[in-house]
Amino acid sequence: MITELGHFALILAFAVACFQSVVPLVGAHKCWQGWMATAQPAATAQFLLTAFSFAALTWAFVTSDFSLRLVWLNSHTDKPMLYKVTGVWGNHEGSMLLWVLIVTLFGAFAAWFGKGLPPGLKARVLAVQAMVGAAFFAFIIFSSNPFLRLAVPPFNGQDLNPLLQDPGLAFHPPLLYVGYVGLSMTFSFAVAALIEGRVDAAWGRWVRPYTLAAWAFLTAGIGLGSWWAYYELGWGGFWFWDPVENASFIPWLLAAAALHSAIVVEKREALKSWTILLAILAFGFSMVGAFITRSGVLTSVHAFANDPERGVFLLMITAGFMVGALTLFAARANVMQAKGVFGLVSRESGLLVNNVLLCVAAFVVFFGTIWPLIAEMAFDRTLTVGAPFFNMAFTPFMVALGLVLPIGSMLAWKRAKIGRVIYQLRWALVLAVAVGCLAFAMQTGRSALAPVGLFLATWLVAGAAVDLWSRTGRSGGGAGRLRRLFRLPRADWGKAVAHAGLGVTMAGISAMVAWEVEDIRVANIGDSYELAGYTYTLLDVTDTEGPNYLTTIATIQATKNGREVGMLYPEKRFYPVAQMPTTQAALNIGFWRDLYVALGDPQEGGGWAVRTYHKPLANWIWGGGILMALGGLLSLTDRRYRVAAGAARRKPEPNEPKGVPAE
Amino acid sequence: MRALVFALWVAFALPAQAVEPDEILADPVLEERARDLSKGLRCLVCRNESIDDSNAPLARDMRLLVRERLVEGDNDQQVIDFIVERYGEYVLLRPTTDGANIFLWAAGPLMLLLAGGLGVGYVRSRARAKDEAGSGLSADEKARIEEIMRG
Repeated sequence: MITELGHFALILAFAVACFQSVVPLVGAHKCWQGWMATAQPAATAQFLLTAFSFAALTWAFVTSDFSLRLVWLNSHTDKPMLYKVTGVWGNHEGSMLLWVLIVTLFGAFAAWFGKGLPPGLKARVLAVQAMVGAAFFAFIIFSSNPFLRLAVPPFNGQDLNPLLQDPGLAFHPPLLYVGYVGLSMTFSFAVAALIEGRVDAAWGRWVRPYTLAAWAFLTAGIGLGSWWAYYELGWGGFWFWDPVENASFIPWLLAAAALHSAIVVEKREALKSWTILLAILAFGFSMVGAFITRSGVLTSVHAFANDPERGVFLLMITAGFMVGALTLFAARANVMQAKGVFGLVSRESGLLVNNVLLCVAAFVVFFGTIWPLIAEMAFDRTLTVGAPFFNMAFTPFMVALGLVLPIGSMLAWKRAKIGRVIYQLRWALVLAVAVGCLAFAMQTGRSALAPVGLFLATWLVAGAAVDLWSRTGRSGGGAGRLRRLFRLPRADWGKAVAHAGLGVTMAGISAMVAWEVEDIRVANIGDSYELAGYTYTLLDVTDTEGPNYLTTIATIQATKNGREVGMLYPEKRFYPVAQMPTTQAALNIGFWRDLYVALGDPQEGGGWAVRTYHKPLANWIWGGGILMALGGLLSLTDRRYRVAAGAARRKPEPNEPKGVPAE
Repeated sequence: MRALVFALWVAFALPAQAVEPDEILADPVLEERARDLSKGLRCLVCRNESIDDSNAPLARDMRLLVRERLVEGDNDQQVIDFIVERYGEYVLLRPTTDGANIFLWAAGPLMLLLAGGLGVGYVRSRARAKDEAGSGLSADEKARIEEIMRG
């Protein structure tokens, strides 16, 4: 019964979305207040109906209602409750429902908190957002309906893919989807502005929070996915340049570019048409990502629900929105005249360099990802473009970005002097060179990766610190400046934290890739071996049973200089329902290094295969990711957005620091 | 029943890891070269994994083949040629630069030149342009901002 209500709510939400994509748009065109005002309750209704529908599906999973085909295919009564819930989006149909739920959530957010928006723009934004929603509602209802029943309900389900029964992967999709779908809001703002024929500083200010939020969630989602790969796949890789990873990375790069170029629109009324184009493309690539994951045109470790028919449907949605938006863009590009004037050396041109590097890097990733398709269709060559290509073609852009970032972010608006900025950054540069030399001295005869990477990392972190400190002004001495440091607008803090986070991630990647050591051996119980100064002893191997799996757990003791560092329990699991083995590596996580042990197979002559890795600075990769996401969120809570969003409709308190214009 | 499941498990799980201890060559220099070569070769039955990472039986066969050739005294290029001859260009994770692939390798640098050129052009045009309006806001907009800021 609840299921039927959920199904019905979904269809109703589709109807509301159709209404909302037409009526407010006509209203805005004809200046009919009443018609425009319908957008707001419609957006709320759409969200509530979809939320109810999603809750109904969750209920079916929680109560293991196997008369639903989807539950039967993806659940099992023995599965722990957490994975019953996360199983809702651990499959194609459910994940699309989550996707559309987030589309409506963002729409509702714009309706609730967009009080400061001009009514015409708001009506148009909500209408475009509803169009996106309607397209995906249609996709769900007509080609991937999660509410289909089975005539004869089976006794038990087929269980969720064991790889997805993991906390890291359970929360990876929702975060990633908030990011992907958040870009739909940026897209809606861009299209609404094109329809209206007006892009100004206020538009830049309204659109930036959504881009920031989307980017921060994308960062968190990608980071979580990469962390999952690190501990789950059994050898500690963190990025594979897999088509699906690339599909999430391209929108991330474009969103990063868009949130920087939106600053130029907001502050200086330049780069307008470019920002609009980025907003359109970023969401376009989000949809291409959905298409790649679900159509199976590119083979990938992530692909699920490979169904050509669904692929065609998604491709049509993507193509429809992109062709429509880009046509509109071409027709309206002339109204977006830049106003701000700036010199060759200025913050504006610094941000332009950022955009060029990020967008060309995104293009390289995209081109490498689709090249196998082009080569097969146009040149009849079956080939692979793998990690070695991307490492070679992509890394130079990140090196260049790291080099110019601290300088660009400290240049003054309009007209700046590079010499002055470099003078301010002199100590950061000295420190960075020192760290680079130290890294070079510590290693013998290995690649330049670690020295260069650590140089860049130090340069970025120290540069961010100098930038923040320079914002406190000159007067007042150390104490006065320190006091002012904590009163700086959150946007300043967000910027510094996010930029430093990029540095931390670079440090982690370069140190781990360059200095990792591994050991692969057969160990008998009681054997000891040494790796990178740590002694490992295999104490025990036992077979036990989990809630819905069988497992073999080894107990390995790690010691350093005779003192115990920790016990490691690597596992090999087997899920009988899905007939699938998985490895659970054991980690001893530390600030300077991770100890990483994975258990292999029993050997014929006795003993077990054991692989051990020593990974320096591994956690910095994700620590930097967390910092980047945190920086984005800090910036999002900056006063100017709260005020602009109309969320804080209160009188400013007298002793509150006056709204210092950030940047 | 449980014993049966365990037996099944062992049967299914057997070649379940990448490089196995028994594959490793005694000569560390050769082994190092073998690992480097394996990282650039794709496992044919896997999705985008190198034979060094993959746990498929075919990947194991290919790893052993690479080591066999190295022990016989082939240099790195000869080993790669040997594998490509048998399995095709598809096994190379790093595509060659011959034929149409030159587009792939040149795409990034060319795009950078193009984008850089456009960017410089834009900045120069902005540097030459006359500043139209000081704050870029019309009187209406200023009034509106006032209203918003007052709350």
